Amino acid sequence: MPSIFLVLIAVVVIFGVAAVVVGRQRAKAVAAAPVATPIAPAATRSPEPIAAAEVEAEPDTDVEVDGEPESFERPRFRDRMAKSRAALVGVFSGVRGRAGITNETWDDLEEALLRADVGVRVTDELLNGLRARVKAKELTDPDALLDALQADMIGRLSASDRALRLEPGEADSPNVWLFVGVNGVGKTTTIGKVGAQQRQLGRTVLMAAGDTFRAAAAEQLATWAQRSGSELVRGNEGSDPSAVIFDGIESASARKIELVLADTAGRLHNKTNLMEELRKVRRVAGKGRGRVTEVLLVIDATTGQNGLAQARQFAEATEVTGVVLTKLDGSAKGGIVFAIETELGLPVKLVGLGETIGDLVDFDPTEFIEALFSE
Amino acid sequence: MFDTLSDRFDGIFKKLRGKGRLTDSDVDEVLREIRTALLEADVNVAVARTVVERIREQAVGLKLSQALDPSQQVIKIVSNELTNILGGQTLKITYAGRPPTVVLMAGLQGSGKTTNSAKLAKWFKSQGRQPLLVGADLQRPAAVEQLRVLGRQIDVPVFSEAGDPVTVAARGLAEARRLGRDVLIVDTAGRLAIDSDMMAQVRQISEAIEPHYTFLVIDAMTGQDAVGVAEAFHETLAIDGVILSKLDGDARGGAALSVKEVIGRPIAFASTGEKLDAFEQFHPDRMASRILGMGDVLTLIEQAEKAFEKDSATEAAQRLMDGEFTLDDFLDQMQQLKKMGPLSGLLGMMPGMPKELKNAKIDDDDLKPVEAIIRSMTPAERRKPEIINGSRRNRIAVGSGTSVGEINRLVKQFSEMQKMMKRMGPMTMGKKGKKKMPMMPGGLGALKGQMPGAFGDMPFNQR
Repeated sequence: MPSIFLVLIAVVVIFGVAAVVVGRQRAKAVAAAPVATPIAPAATRSPEPIAAAEVEAEPDTDVEVDGEPESFERPRFRDRMAKSRAALVGVFSGVRGRAGITNETWDDLEEALLRADVGVRVTDELLNGLRARVKAKELTDPDALLDALQADMIGRLSASDRALRLEPGEADSPNVWLFVGVNGVGKTTTIGKVGAQQRQLGRTVLMAAGDTFRAAAAEQLATWAQRSGSELVRGNEGSDPSAVIFDGIESASARKIELVLADTAGRLHNKTNLMEELRKVRRVAGKGRGRVTEVLLVIDATTGQNGLAQARQFAEATEVTGVVLTKLDGSAKGGIVFAIETELGLPVKLVGLGETIGDLVDFDPTEFIEALFSE
Repeated sequence: MFDTLSDRFDGIFKKLRGKGRLTDSDVDEVLREIRTALLEADVNVAVARTVVERIREQAVGLKLSQALDPSQQVIKIVSNELTNILGGQTLKITYAGRPPTVVLMAGLQGSGKTTNSAKLAKWFKSQGRQPLLVGADLQRPAAVEQLRVLGRQIDVPVFSEAGDPVTVAARGLAEARRLGRDVLIVDTAGRLAIDSDMMAQVRQISEAIEPHYTFLVIDAMTGQDAVGVAEAFHETLAIDGVILSKLDGDARGGAALSVKEVIGRPIAFASTGEKLDAFEQFHPDRMASRILGMGDVLTLIEQAEKAFEKDSATEAAQRLMDGEFTLDDFLDQMQQLKKMGPLSGLLGMMPGMPKELKNAKIDDDDLKPVEAIIRSMTPAERRKPEIINGSRRNRIAVGSGTSVGEINRLVKQFSEMQKMMKRMGPMTMGKKGKKKMPMMPGGLGALKGQMPGAFGDMPFNQR
C-alpha cells in the first residue's frame, strides 16, 4: 500500500503538471486553444449536432445491385496477392541464386520478413530457429532453407478451427456475429460481404447498424442490406449502439432470422471510454435471445506493428473469436497476423482479396504462405 | 509493450561506463538497437537503414562525457536526426491568385479521406476561407452522404451528383466558381496503389481540376507498405503534402518518417481525434520522440488534458510549485486520474519510470485504502499532516479501517514526496513560456534524469 501511494502521487503530479504546462503553451501558441473538457467515464461519444436532420437518400450510382446470387469463383491467394508478393519474390530468388547459405542470405530473409510486416520479434524467432538448424547441418542449401522457413511460417499459423461458428438452436435464438476494429479497416464492407454470402447460402440475415457515430455509416450498411436481401435495424445517429444491436437481435428473434451481423463504430483501441462502450455492446448483445457466436476483429492488411496492440486491446474488451484480414489484394502483406495468431491465439478466419462479394474468402495459411513465396 | 529506446540503451551503456569514447563495436550495438526501435515503429526497412547510417556518422567517435549520460547523448543525436527528416521544409498554403484554390485528396481505402476532407475544410474556414467540398467518391456506398452530413456539421456546402468521378470533380470546380467559393476540396474514392485503372482515374480527376495542392492521406498505423503506396501515388499525382490520420492512436507512426524520406514532401497536417476540429499542423519534434517510443507521454498528456479539469489542475500545480500541495489536492487529482483508465496501464506508458514501478502490479482497488485514510482525516489534518498525533492517528485508523502503521507510512511518504516535488517543481515549470517543452526529448531526458534519483531517495521497499 505505501509504495502505491508514492506511485500515485508521482503520477498524479506529473500528469497534472504536464497537462497544465502543455495547456498553457498551447493557449499561447494557438489563439483558440482547445478547452480541456472533462469526460464522464464510459461516456458515449456524441457526434456534433447536425443542423438539418433530414437525410436525403442519395442514389448510389456505382453500385452493382446483385439481386440474383452471383456464382462464387473462389479467387486464389496467388493471383490476388500477385502484386504484393512481387517485392518478396525478388528477395527469395536472390537467396535461391546463391551457391550456399551466406550472411547475405540471412540479411535478405530478414529484410523480406520485415518488409512483410512480420515484425522484429517474430522475424528473429523464425531466423534464429533456422540458424540453429543450419549450424547443425540439418539444412545445407538455400532451397532447403527456404522450404524450412515456409514450413515454419505455416506452422505458426496452425490454429485448428478457422470456420465461422453458426450454431443451430431455437428458431427464435439467432446467432450474433459482432464486428469490431479500429477506424477504416472495412468493418461495414466486411459485414456487407459476409451478409451477402450467408444469404446466398440460404440463411436469413439481419444487419444491425451499431455504428451510430460515423456519419452515414447506417446508410452504407443499408445499401449492403438492400443488395444482399438482408433485414436492417438502425437507430438514430448518436444513439446508444448497445441498444441498437440489442433491438436488432430481439427483432431477429421475433422474426426467426438465423443470423444477426452487428456493426460497431470504428474506435482506436487506446480510447478507454470507447473501449468501455464496446465492452458494454458485447455484454448487452449476449443478454437477450441471441447467442454471440463470433466476435470478429477486422484488421487492415496495411497495418504495421500496431496491429498487435489493436488485437490485444479488442480481445481483452470483447472476447474476440477470430480475425478478418482485409485489403490483402493491395501491396501490403499482412505479416502482423503471425504475431497476432501466435501471441494472442486469435485465428484469422476470413481474408479480403478483392472488392467483390466473392473476394472475401476463408483464410488458408498454406495458400497464404505459398503465395508469398512462389515465383 | 515495447521497451523504450532509452531502456534498451541503458543496458548497453552500463557496460560502457568509464569509457571515454565509443568504439566501432559499441556503436554497432547501439545502432542495432536504434534500428530495431525504428522497425518496431514501422519505419520502412530501407529507410531505417539509411537513417541508421546517417546516425552512425555522428555517433562514431562521440566523446562520452562524465557529466552527460551517454544514452541521452545518443538519443539526442537520433532524435535530432528524426526531427530533421520529419521537419525540414514545411508546407505553407499559398492561395491561388485566381480562386478557387483547388485541393485534391487521395489515398487508400479507409485511410480517412472523407473525414479529413471535412476537417481540412473546417481548417480553411478557420483561416477565413470559404471552402466547397466535392464528393467524388462514388464507389463506397454512402460516402457522399457521409460527406454531406459532415458538411452540414461544419456548415460547408457539399457538391456531388451521380455520374462518373471525373465529371463530378470538374463540375464541382465550376460550381465553386459559380458560388464564389475560394477553396475547393475534392474527396476521392479510396484506391489501391496497384490498381492501375483506379490510379488512371484519379490522374484524370487531377488533370480535370488541376489542383494546387494534392494531399495523400496516410493512416498513422500503416506498416512497411506506406512507402510503396506513397511512391505510387506520388508518381501518379505529384503529391504536395501528406495528411497523417489517426494519430490519436498509440501507433508509433514510423510510416510518417518513411513517407517523408521517400517522397520528400512534408507532412502537412495530422488528424488527432474524432472531433472535426482535432486536426492540426504537424509537429515534427513530437513525432520524432513518438517514433522512438518516448511519445506515449504526449498521448498521455493529451488524455490528461481531457480528463483533468483544467482549473483545479492549474491550482494544484501552482500549489505544488509553492510547496503547498496538500492531501486534499492529492485526493482531488487522484479522482481525476481515475478517469484516465487503469493505473497500471498509465504507469507502463510513462517514460522514465523506474523499473520497479513500471512492473509493479497495481490494481485500482489498491487505491481504496489510500482514499479511505485521507477521507478519514479532518480538513486541518489534510492541510497539515504534521499535526497528526497519537490520538488523531488512532481515530483515522479506525475511521478508515486501516492500521496506525499504515497511516504513519502514508504521512511520512507524503512529506518526502512533497520535498521531492519541491525540487522537481521549479525544474519542470521553470521554463514556462519558453518554447521548449519539458516533455520533449531534451526535457524528457532532464525529467528522467531527476526522476529515478528522486525516486531513489524514497523508501520504496519499506512496508
